[in-house]
Amino acid sequence: MLNAIGWFLIYFGAFFLFLGALGIMRFPDVFNRLQAGTKCTTLGALSTSIGVGLLHPAWLPKTFIIALFILLTNPISSHALGRASYRSGVKLWEKSVVDKCKEFKECVEEENE
Amino acid sequence: MGKLSRFIFTSLVLFILWLFLTSTFRSQEVLIGLIFSLAIALFTYNSFTERGLQNLNPRKVFCAFLYLPYLLWQMIKANFDVAYRVLHPKMPIKPGIVHVKTKMKSDLGKLVVANSITLTPGTLTLDVIDDNMLIHWINVKTDDVEKASEEIPGVFEKCLKEFLE
Repeated sequence: MLNAIGWFLIYFGAFFLFLGALGIMRFPDVFNRLQAGTKCTTLGALSTSIGVGLLHPAWLPKTFIIALFILLTNPISSHALGRASYRSGVKLWEKSVVDKCKEFKECVEEENE
Repeated sequence: MGKLSRFIFTSLVLFILWLFLTSTFRSQEVLIGLIFSLAIALFTYNSFTERGLQNLNPRKVFCAFLYLPYLLWQMIKANFDVAYRVLHPKMPIKPGIVHVKTKMKSDLGKLVVANSITLTPGTLTLDVIDDNMLIHWINVKTDDVEKASEEIPGVFEKCLKEFLE
């Protein structure tokens, strides 16, 4: 039973990792690609590592710690990437609806220098 | 807050982390872990926590436990949302950057809200400036500050205010 759940989690995670890669190829600009990258890799890595833990119960506590650190650090890294690319002048996709970031001095500071 | 309580809280967290990583209860390993977590806590408690043992208030722990499954559920929803947008031949996206106000005061609160926003359907935190958050939204419903604040961090803040503020 535990084996079955473990394999299910691994395939579930692999499927979403694949979708994340597909999203990175298909989406039009940096920020949309980051969206696909972050969400799919977080859940994908989380569920594969816990799946491995269920297949080898002795590793389960360690995989929980790994999952916790992924959950904490993955969003931060994507936030840093997004912020850095906005500040270094990466343009939004031409069909984007609104850009409130322009109103903040801090956001475009480095572009002017 | 008392230095002792901050010190004890830090060493407790480190010790539990050690127990998880070694996953054994052999007395030698536990003893060495205890010594090292006390030693490391002595140097790091100052930057690790501001409130020490108050973090273990039962109501806060209970809220944190309620929050985790909720976050997991939101993440799964977010993934199916991305899956739908990626696999749809026409790619139904309408991206933009919106401005949102957060009610959280502490740095930790802002961090957790920003991280949670990144993991929930269709939103990605780009920048946090004081209490303003700039969020890349893959399917913009409104560009009004108040309505967007209601829509994006609203749900999380109600839940998080309990155990972080």
